[in-house]
Amino acid sequence: MLALSEILDYSFMQRALLAALLVGILCSTISFFVILKRLSFLGAGISHTALGGIALGMVTGLNPVFTGSIFAVGTAMSTGHISRAGKISEDTVIGIFYSSGMALGIALISSFKGYHPELFSLLFGNILAVSVQDLIIMGIVLAGVIFFVIVFFKELLTICFDEEMALAGGLPVGPIYMTLLAVMGLTVMVSIQIVGVVLVSALIVIPGAIAYRISVNYRGMLAISLAVGLTGSFGGLFGSYYYPVPPGAAIVLILAAIFAIVMVGKALLEKYG
Amino acid sequence: MTERIKMNNLTVKLSGKTVLEGITFSVSSGELTGIIGPNGAGKTTLLRVMLGLLQVQQGELTIFGLPVSRINEVRSMIGYMPQRQSFERRFPLSAADVVATGLLSPQTLFRRLPGKKEKVRMALSSVGMEHYYNRSFQDLSGGEQQRILLGRSLVRQPRLLLLDEPNANLDFPAQQSFVELLQGLKEKEDLTIILVSHDLVSIAPVADKLVCINRTMHIHGRPAEVLHSPHLDEAYRCQFDLLSTTGDKERCWH
Repeated sequence: MLALSEILDYSFMQRALLAALLVGILCSTISFFVILKRLSFLGAGISHTALGGIALGMVTGLNPVFTGSIFAVGTAMSTGHISRAGKISEDTVIGIFYSSGMALGIALISSFKGYHPELFSLLFGNILAVSVQDLIIMGIVLAGVIFFVIVFFKELLTICFDEEMALAGGLPVGPIYMTLLAVMGLTVMVSIQIVGVVLVSALIVIPGAIAYRISVNYRGMLAISLAVGLTGSFGGLFGSYYYPVPPGAAIVLILAAIFAIVMVGKALLEKYG
Repeated sequence: MTERIKMNNLTVKLSGKTVLEGITFSVSSGELTGIIGPNGAGKTTLLRVMLGLLQVQQGELTIFGLPVSRINEVRSMIGYMPQRQSFERRFPLSAADVVATGLLSPQTLFRRLPGKKEKVRMALSSVGMEHYYNRSFQDLSGGEQQRILLGRSLVRQPRLLLLDEPNANLDFPAQQSFVELLQGLKEKEDLTIILVSHDLVSIAPVADKLVCINRTMHIHGRPAEVLHSPHLDEAYRCQFDLLSTTGDKERCWH
């Protein structure tokens, strides 16, 4: 096996490691709120809708990350707006966006002529193909997310705990919640490059879900979510370097394995501990 | 006594449907008013209207002498405790964290909370939970969680406290203990309390006034008047005797 220093000689691996670090922090942070606010299904909805935006970018010649981001953020915010208006339930709205975005993506992709390897990357991700420009975008999104979370952390936590109490206290719940959804849309979009449309929701659900199971306070939950997210990202990347498994799948498999171990361990502890 | 809340012929519509109509009553300072009525009567809706979370279509509503449209000017004087099922029991917060969420307001945006620890300790102490400061909220019993949430609604030292079904899902001893706590708070802190409940037995003994609604106003007055009124049967659409666990109307509020 190659030593770490040898792996780092490859520039594509250097970029991939940096991408794993950025996306690991980004997704784990968002995952904390996704679990506390029960937005897991929305994550899956955003990623599948983004496919329509990405395909639209490829057809029109616009930057697919840009068009995908518009679709992802638009889906997240529209879902929040429509469901908060109370006319249609959130899961119904997500279900409609999910299938419509996916259908648009499939329709546009089917019109392509020739072989497009980037389509395969979109569906299943390719961390090894991350460019410097992609890293810059990830870095900007991460900086924005961290800034938003630090500035509004106590308000976000209160809204996740009980929106009604936050509203009664006069907090600007609507704008803060909508920004959280927008940030979630951007996180999903930049993470699609790593694990793809199909698997991205795992990155923003599993780290928080594991942390939620074993934490008694929010500080611990955030720390565990970060640790799990980074373990999954780096573990998957190194795993795929040594074994013939695509990096995106390896990342999600490692996260799923940690989740299974935690669940079984906790059940055993409760029974015999 | 000063009027804290005054409603006159209030009508509230949700999605074009009238859910409250002709609601008229007032609450004076230092009073504990119970809003009663069967499930689906619009009690929680009425509380949400008082908090400015829902709009009034017709009629007048003033809080601390100001129209409800200016509620933000007096919001810091209002404490609110929603129904317990509205939050996740396993939420990873300590008792102190939960109470501290009550300190947040538009004025605390982008700022640290000055004197947070002291205010939280005082609020916990006022509900007899000072030793629970670092305890995990998820490990507490239903009754203890209710006390913590009450502490949360008191942390800004409000003059008006709105409680939505605080006794729901509590066993009888926990209900009694909670009611005693409310009585103590009312006397000690000179609080005006509005308590929503569908359970007449738990609310009648502590209330100074009862307001019975079922979409519209049925009766309001002293508990003795309300409990003896035929309008009560009308509101609940059944014989009131059936609602008392003791089978004795008098004993449930004396």
